[in-house]
Amino acid sequence: MENFSPVSALTGGALIGLAASLLLLFNGRIAGISGILAGSLFLRRQERWWRLLFLAGMVAGASLYQHFGGDLSEARTGYPLPLLIIGGLLVGFGTRLGSGCTSGHGVCGLARHSPRSIVATLVFMAFGGISVYLARHVFGLWS
Amino acid sequence: MMPLLIAPLSGFVFGLGLAVSRMIDPVKVTDFLDVTGFWDPSLALVMAAALAVTLVCFRLILRRTTPVAAERFDIPTRTDIDRKLVTGAALFGTGWGMTGYCPGPAVASLGFWSLDSLVVLSSILAGVGLHWLIFKS
Repeated sequence: MENFSPVSALTGGALIGLAASLLLLFNGRIAGISGILAGSLFLRRQERWWRLLFLAGMVAGASLYQHFGGDLSEARTGYPLPLLIIGGLLVGFGTRLGSGCTSGHGVCGLARHSPRSIVATLVFMAFGGISVYLARHVFGLWS
Repeated sequence: MMPLLIAPLSGFVFGLGLAVSRMIDPVKVTDFLDVTGFWDPSLALVMAAALAVTLVCFRLILRRTTPVAAERFDIPTRTDIDRKLVTGAALFGTGWGMTGYCPGPAVASLGFWSLDSLVVLSSILAGVGLHWLIFKS
């Protein structure tokens, strides 16, 4: 509990909600990052543009925060490479199979009272907890 | 034209929110998921604050018949809970716990130097590509 950061968490969370609301109000689109990422790769060229611009905006937002003194430097060192590779593959494949991730299901879907998003959010939260428990405490892959 | 201006603006605020909330930090994420160990409840507040905004705003926005700068709202209409949804969410959750990254932070981390996030983002893209090869979607 010693790393609890309520003020930055609430402020940042509100910004994420604001971003999703902007995209829905003006463009009529859901700010689901996994869907935007996949669409930026595989859709027809004219469908790709807004997605690529959205992703570039995300990178710029994080970059600007770092530039103006926010510290985002990597605190984790020597994290096992196989966990990052296999875990990343599961995130990519799983979010496509399950039609969304933390943003599309967790932030936008829950706000629309979508039953699919409620189920998906409960499932990925539960499996996230199990996954950390196994990797960290049972198999001791990292501490 | 306007949607092409709103998209990067929305993305910018989104990326800033991920950075300010520290959810871009995989240690924060795994500590949130580590309920039995080093539990850090910050992520719950990030989601609660984001949801508080979207719950109110989405309700007001979806009263409109059309968006401000587009012809129609493009939102999911399915309501069935199928095996793909549950399996996909389970696989995603497992990978999220293994890495500490979901897709948003993996992308936004390109804004500063992080070797781990580059490995994860490359793997995420490979996973998305694999799904495309199998399901063409």
